[in-house]
Amino acid sequence: MTQLTINEVKRHAGLARLAMTDAEAEMFAGQLDDIIGFANVLQEVDTDQIAPMTHPLPLYNVLRKDIPTDALDREEMLESVKEHEAGQIKVPTII
Amino acid sequence: MNFETVVGLEVHVELKTDSKIMSPAHAHFGAEPNMNIHVIDLAYPGVLPVMNERAVDFGMKAAMALNCEIAPVTNFDRKHYFYPDNPKAYQISQDDRPIGANGWVEIEVEGKKKKIRIERVHLEEDAGKLTHTDEGHSLVDLNRQGTPLIEIVTEADVRSPEEAYAFLEKLKAIIQYTGVSDVRMEEGSLRCDANISIRPFGQEQFGTKTELKNLNSFNFVRRGIAYEVERQEKVLLSGGKIDQETRRYDEATGKTLLMRVKGPANDYRFIPEPDLTDIHIDEAWIERVRAEIPELPDARKERYINELDLPVYDAMVLTLTKDMSDFFEATVAAGADAKLASNWLMGEVSGYLNAESKELDATALTPEGLASMIKLIADGTISSKIAKKVFKELIENGGDAAVIVKEKGLVQISDEGTLRTIVTETLDANEQSIEDYKNGKERAVGFLVGQIMKATKGQANPPLVNKILLEEIAKR
Repeated sequence: MTQLTINEVKRHAGLARLAMTDAEAEMFAGQLDDIIGFANVLQEVDTDQIAPMTHPLPLYNVLRKDIPTDALDREEMLESVKEHEAGQIKVPTII
Repeated sequence: MNFETVVGLEVHVELKTDSKIMSPAHAHFGAEPNMNIHVIDLAYPGVLPVMNERAVDFGMKAAMALNCEIAPVTNFDRKHYFYPDNPKAYQISQDDRPIGANGWVEIEVEGKKKKIRIERVHLEEDAGKLTHTDEGHSLVDLNRQGTPLIEIVTEADVRSPEEAYAFLEKLKAIIQYTGVSDVRMEEGSLRCDANISIRPFGQEQFGTKTELKNLNSFNFVRRGIAYEVERQEKVLLSGGKIDQETRRYDEATGKTLLMRVKGPANDYRFIPEPDLTDIHIDEAWIERVRAEIPELPDARKERYINELDLPVYDAMVLTLTKDMSDFFEATVAAGADAKLASNWLMGEVSGYLNAESKELDATALTPEGLASMIKLIADGTISSKIAKKVFKELIENGGDAAVIVKEKGLVQISDEGTLRTIVTETLDANEQSIEDYKNGKERAVGFLVGQIMKATKGQANPPLVNKILLEEIAKR
């Protein structure tokens, strides 16, 4: 039962800045349908009495003290970029 | 047709924590480019964010000061967008469970009080800073990346540029009092966007809104909204329609210019941030933070009016910034008369700060110093005129007014005998003025007073000089 169209897959790929051929989109449409179908099983569970959760682990309030302890060395960071100038990363202008 | 202005504001405020919201890098304004960076904020592979406890405290504190309800359970979400100021390609923000919601701020415009409702206050991380060059490239400084922010979103309750201005001024004061931010627009620690639409009076449905950006001062917010309202009116009255678009305020021309049209491409694909846990906020936590909120500007204002008998205007001006208000209170605590302290702070002190473009704490003036001077004025030791000389010394070099007065020989001459001698000498030397006065030229007295002040280097007690002068003239 294919629900996702190739256009929908390509739109989502576009939002994630992923290049995709029609053939790939068709393949992913099928795979994504399987994933959605699997997740849809959960729709059948009665969750009226269950609080919404955003995390699978029963963890909360993992916090750290506000103390600066660490920094990344600028020169080390700049070694990993394509171009830099005056300590800053140089990129094509996008407005 | 008459239109009603409808404005909602989005305000970003940088929180003054020592480290960043998700990483232990330093967070402060003004460092060399890319010196306050961290692998977590730069999205190096395998890193995990950990929430800064103080950032949560500060967010709660601001939300409570804005009369918001605090969420018992709050979480973070990823907001996806691609831009070089954002190395992760998503911003950690809060979507459907913000830390605070349903608050309000009371403003007063032209004597009318009004509540502007706050829809939500949420925590998020700031992005880096881009500098666009003329040669077609941009330079990226990621120092600001990961600095904690709160975004404050109002309901569309603002009905005029003046209300927007009053709201921002009040919001800034409240946040500044809580101490969670410097709220300095010029340093980017307070930033504002405005959503603006108009509708015919009486119509319930909102018109199509435009979003206005690049508003770098409260005045620009006021002018930008006024321009945008006028533009929208012209479009509608000429039969056109408003497009949902983002516009930029141009400071040079005062106009708003199209930046981009908002389309369906604006899909941020929010998902819960799996690398951070939910935050549960219990009553004890709320109460701990609430206890740290100091008296806020409105409460202070009321107290100044009711307990210190200050005029409403004085109370309003003095409480605009916490610095000024704290200084005023310390001056009164040091023994100064409240109204005199208010006059000096709103007059000479503010005038000096404006002229020198300085903050109060960057001067040598202390509350004790100002109080010492006000006491000398109140007991007649110095005149207001001499006080101005003393004041200049106090604000530039500090010290105690009594010591300055003594060292510089500025004590007011209030001894009748001494003054009478000077008056007599002055009259002897200016017989023509006595004649003029007797012939009805009132101004001659002013001239004589001036001569006496000159002879005493401005130190004669003015009311006493007037009294003795008239007595002595009458004798001649």
